[in-house]
Amino acid sequence: MTTEVVDMITVVVDGFEVSVPKGTLVIRAAEKLGIQIPRFCDHPLLDPVGACRQCLVDIEINGRAFPKPQASCTIPVEPGMIVKTQLTSPVAEKAQRGVMELLLINHPLDCPVCDKGGECPLQNQAMSNGQGETRFEGVKRTFQKPINISSQVLLDRERCVLCARCTRFSEQIASDPFITLNERGALQQVGIYENKPFESYFSGNTVQICPVGALTGAAYRFRARPFDLVSTPSACEHCASGCDMRTDVRRGKTLRRLAGDDSTVNEEWNCDKGRWAFKYVTSVDRLTTPMVRNASGELIPASWPEALAAAAKGLKASKAAVLVGGRATYEDAYGYSKFARVALGTNDIDFRSRLSSNEEREFLAARVVGSTTTYLDIDRADHVLLVGFEPEEESPIVFLRLNKQVRKRALKVTAIATKLSIGVEKLKGEFVKVAPGAEAAAIASQSLTSKSVILVGERAAESAGVLSAVAALADSSNAKIAWIPRRAGERGALEAGAIGNLLPGGRPVSDASARVDIAAVWGSNSLPSAEGKSTQEIYAAVNAGEIGALVVGGVDPLDGEDSQSALAALEKAFVVSLEIASSAVTQHADVVLPVAAVTEKSGSFLNWEGRPRSFDAAVQDSLNRSDLRILSMIAQEMGTSINLGTVSAAIKEISSLGKWEGTRASMSKVSASAQPTVSGDQFILTSWRRLLDLGTLQQGEENLAGTARKTVAVISPKRAGALGVVDGDKLKISTSLGSVTLSALVEDIHDDAIWAPRNSRGSQLLVNLGVAHGAVVSVVKV
Amino acid sequence: MSEQLEPLKKSEISVNDIAYTKMQTGESVGLLGHLKGFLVPFSKIFKKTLTVEYPEVKAPTAERFHGRHQLNRHPDGLEKCIGCELCAWACPADAIYVEGADNTPENQMSPGERYGKVYQINYLRCVFCGLCIEACPTRALTMTNEYELADESRAKLIFEKEDLLAPLRQGMLMPPHPMYPDMDESNYYKGEVKQSHPSQDVK
Repeated sequence: MTTEVVDMITVVVDGFEVSVPKGTLVIRAAEKLGIQIPRFCDHPLLDPVGACRQCLVDIEINGRAFPKPQASCTIPVEPGMIVKTQLTSPVAEKAQRGVMELLLINHPLDCPVCDKGGECPLQNQAMSNGQGETRFEGVKRTFQKPINISSQVLLDRERCVLCARCTRFSEQIASDPFITLNERGALQQVGIYENKPFESYFSGNTVQICPVGALTGAAYRFRARPFDLVSTPSACEHCASGCDMRTDVRRGKTLRRLAGDDSTVNEEWNCDKGRWAFKYVTSVDRLTTPMVRNASGELIPASWPEALAAAAKGLKASKAAVLVGGRATYEDAYGYSKFARVALGTNDIDFRSRLSSNEEREFLAARVVGSTTTYLDIDRADHVLLVGFEPEEESPIVFLRLNKQVRKRALKVTAIATKLSIGVEKLKGEFVKVAPGAEAAAIASQSLTSKSVILVGERAAESAGVLSAVAALADSSNAKIAWIPRRAGERGALEAGAIGNLLPGGRPVSDASARVDIAAVWGSNSLPSAEGKSTQEIYAAVNAGEIGALVVGGVDPLDGEDSQSALAALEKAFVVSLEIASSAVTQHADVVLPVAAVTEKSGSFLNWEGRPRSFDAAVQDSLNRSDLRILSMIAQEMGTSINLGTVSAAIKEISSLGKWEGTRASMSKVSASAQPTVSGDQFILTSWRRLLDLGTLQQGEENLAGTARKTVAVISPKRAGALGVVDGDKLKISTSLGSVTLSALVEDIHDDAIWAPRNSRGSQLLVNLGVAHGAVVSVVKV
Repeated sequence: MSEQLEPLKKSEISVNDIAYTKMQTGESVGLLGHLKGFLVPFSKIFKKTLTVEYPEVKAPTAERFHGRHQLNRHPDGLEKCIGCELCAWACPADAIYVEGADNTPENQMSPGERYGKVYQINYLRCVFCGLCIEACPTRALTMTNEYELADESRAKLIFEKEDLLAPLRQGMLMPPHPMYPDMDESNYYKGEVKQSHPSQDVK
């Protein structure tokens, strides 16, 4: 690690000397002394623009004074600079008052109905730096209000002070320049293109940084006042980016979530899903009491002791396995991991309730667990390779970080993918077009250096040989690997050993000393030594009668590759389901135990870096218990003990285990499978999930769903010509299992491939077609 | 210095250290003196009585007495409350709870965009200070002179919006109904709407 040598410059602000790095803006040098200059347009993460003129100060350099007050947010410090703010210069003070008066001329006095009232920089600074009385007697300019610039962002134009924070954010940070300043003079206003609403995945940030109430969120509009809300620092449960968040709750109900400030992870931003998808917690079908299936096959509400006894009895009766979804917190996943080994005596546990492979499991054990690649490595990389990973859709903050480096220093990004995506286009990335399933060969031909980073998504597991090729490329070039799953809990579940081949801390199950290590802490005599089964193998084993009972937590059986076999297994086995709401699993379960949602419990997620993102219960006094607590109770009932009554007990135990220092599991090389040839109406299907789709955690968010991208089927110009298809024509994609009919979009995609969103409205591929990637489908124009 | 600042120890004070003086007794007042004391009640016998036989007789309060609150209406019946929560903000006793919501064309409760969907005043907490009515930007919340607020349970002393809303007067229509034709909320605030318009009656 090299530390850059920084030139320091000393300036005088209001008579106090301060030394700041060269290039620092005057407004920040003053901040360092604790002198606050009023401002609206200035934002530390956006380029200076000097739009609002509120931060005027008197500046003098080496005895020569500027003739007029200057905007301190646009002028960098210089040696010999003497700055006088409103505190010491009557001229600056008068200038600021004047600017404030001008800003307020057309600003409506509707603070009582404005959402920003009470936390409004304009309101606050008008009180601290403005006049008490207005001298303006004319009629204020009014606009029709509010206008929807997207289904989730509303614009009240007369409140706008034209600071251009929102337009600069959209252009500079999100690279979604869908909003801009139109017109000139008094009529200047924020506007959208005529036929293009503000459908950015990051639009919520503009609402948060708007210094007045001009941009407001449709879902929060008129709901509450800042003093109503109890704010709790929290972590986002939606993806593996690991955003720092703030959850605002009134009377037990989450009303809004805001991006937290963590310069190492999400800076001050987050995505719209993290900000606006939280109503699932209060969705109507929340489970409230335990339920037990009676002799006639009905689920009947039961008391906790009754349900726990039934669960324990069923789990003791036959061989059992554990399926835990990728949404569990680190501590809960650790609970499942320990429960499987200690209470059930098996390594049959898997957190990957999605398309996965055994190659991936070996890759995770050999390369990912304990890995220390971070956002900082992206900042320093000379080349970033994306494999099976669509940053904007699957980990938006990784996209923002890549975008920042692309804009700042033209970071080279290469995407190995079947289809050119909007995200890669925005990153000005090199698009290496491959047929679905043929990614491995393209990876092998990449040349990287030791400063490069390979970002591998969870979809890399969907084509055989890809992860082997990634490992080989990393070995030959010394490039760093980062595995970025989609779900927030997957990295934590991996570190907690909620997978068949690893124990907590990345200890290989096959290593006897690793097992002894863990057994000593857990106080058990021995741990099972055979490597456990994967999700698919567990379902198959249930259907073959080898496993008789399942503990299932947070799993959607329709996310896997063979949902029929999954549903059959759930029907056949004795299922103990730990869930927040009724689902396909609870329908088949024999014992249903309601658990706490993320806002109701404390815990942590490990983001893709492995960085703990801990959070406290935002909703106090919830009666719901965490998975961890319930597993402890079941274990107790079974006559064993996992001793994990609380999250802090789990954290203590995890830290006492430490990391595995021994040899890592190795990975056997898997070669790519033979590529199918397609002709005529045959295509190879490829897909990924969009950020905003039919995900379970986005239920009940109509405003959010309104900005989801259109559901289309993408084919190449050449094949479109052969089929006689133009944009907007209906295409029917079918397999032996079923079909979906979607509008066609002709775009840059491999000629053999057809792309469709994996889980969007009208296109739930795994349910409708039974396949999602690499399978041959037939396509006809209808 | 420091020694003198030490607190006195118990043993350092004895009974003899405390100075006392003998109580002074006045001169004897005599029989007439005692009767003089009865002059006051005797003289009041022939004056007008001020005692009010509450609750049989209820004297009017002072004009600006702080009694139970009332949520007022515009002359056409729309509610004045816009759900801004400034009353709740101003309340030093945390007695007011408000939730705002959107007015929609089908459900217009007040002029403008916003109305108070939930409005509760907890009279177990209210100290009748009147800061809430000072804070109200639309004069929606005022105080009546009604002071009889005793009840038999805690729950009954949390007044809901229905309990606080002013009754409909002559010319008023029960909301929800649309705003007066060709008027917007600023006309309402300026008092230019005098009564409801026939077109506002949606029933």
